[in-house]
Amino acid sequence: MSADAPRASSLVDLYAIAYQIEVDAVERYTMLADQMEMHNNLALVDVFRDLARAEGIHRDQICSMAGDFDVAAHARKVARWHLGESPESADLAAAHYLMTPHDALQMALAAEQRALEFFRELLANAVDTDVRHLAAELVEEETGHVALCHRLLLRYPPPAGGRPAGDPDPPASQA
Amino acid sequence: MSATIAPACRPADYRSAVKPIWCPGCGDFHVLMAFTRAFAELGVRPEQVAVVSGIGCSSRVPAYMNCYGFHGVHGRSLAVAAGLKIVRPDLMVVVASGDGDGYSIGGNHFLHACRRNVDLTYVVMDNHIYGMTKGQPSPTTEPDFDTALAPGGTGMRPFHPLVIALASGANFVARAFSGNPAETAGIIVEAVRHPGFSFVEVLSPCVTYRPDQRAWKDRVHRAPVDATDDAARAARRVMTDDGFNLGVLYRGNRPPYAPPIGKAITDLAELEREFEL
Repeated sequence: MSADAPRASSLVDLYAIAYQIEVDAVERYTMLADQMEMHNNLALVDVFRDLARAEGIHRDQICSMAGDFDVAAHARKVARWHLGESPESADLAAAHYLMTPHDALQMALAAEQRALEFFRELLANAVDTDVRHLAAELVEEETGHVALCHRLLLRYPPPAGGRPAGDPDPPASQA
Repeated sequence: MSATIAPACRPADYRSAVKPIWCPGCGDFHVLMAFTRAFAELGVRPEQVAVVSGIGCSSRVPAYMNCYGFHGVHGRSLAVAAGLKIVRPDLMVVVASGDGDGYSIGGNHFLHACRRNVDLTYVVMDNHIYGMTKGQPSPTTEPDFDTALAPGGTGMRPFHPLVIALASGANFVARAFSGNPAETAGIIVEAVRHPGFSFVEVLSPCVTYRPDQRAWKDRVHRAPVDATDDAARAARRVMTDDGFNLGVLYRGNRPPYAPPIGKAITDLAELEREFEL
């Protein structure tokens, strides 16, 4: 866990942190889907929209678990990473307009693994019983997501010969 | 009587529905995120913010935001922004630019905006290349960067925007890296809060024409010393650093230029009299 990662000293803190992680993940996958749409990589649009939808469902589940408590407002106060990004944020800098479903799933796997590591560490350091209980649930959930990414990667192996050779929109550098 | 308090804006509330056409992987996506996070942190509503730009990839920012926006003439964003801030001091005015727009075509405006010290925040996304027009050397391109347009490199000493800003009178100078949007947002917040002309240089990779800049993420590091209020000392530091020191480097204390504004003319006859010789 990075030095500036938020700490969960109560159940509502953990709700807020888990919520913010999912909000950030939705934002990143939506941005990536939009990028692929603008660059006509239509296969990837669906992949990233599905990932955003899945993270959105998790976000909504966390809100439901918190009941009437205003998770979003609490997240603005406690779920903040001042120097780095929240663990499940996909790496926008790694995107490429010719990326393949395999690349996208590798990106998602890396994000899920970071989230799993984050919640594992949080669980290891949790003192409050309720926090420990929810952290354990989140670890189990993220473990499932990592396993799902591995299964999907088997279904979408890297394309033979790497990225498509015929670039429909090559950078026409004067270099 | 009941009073309603407007809910705090989330970063997403500052985004428009227009989808960016930047190349996937471009650093400018992160800068856009940093802007929205900074505005949310500052607690300003979209209608209290004006984002002004010139021409280039980075200058597309106003279209992607839900604030007032002015996508202006190449290199003239600072002139527009200064005029806007002077007549509408209630607005928070932020300028988005790139190294071509800001240091070449707009180089002269840059000097005088620093000197004039109007209360603006100037964010320049520097990728050391003209990306939108397909890869020509810009004022910050390394002298040995080899292209067909400049075989063997330009051989010219790159423009040093931070030193120029300090020498010209900018009141706040910082360097950020797009790959750290949280940190960049924090710097933008500080820049906006600091009175006068605040200049934030953001190293923002062009992954299409400068794929080598993907390695910047491994080169950037926090500045080893805190910001100073001594412009000469700050200039010496940035002239001798490796170009990858991040953070607030200078906080000046000059009062901003804020001339009194006259009464707005709303009567047509009175306006007509203004034109009489």
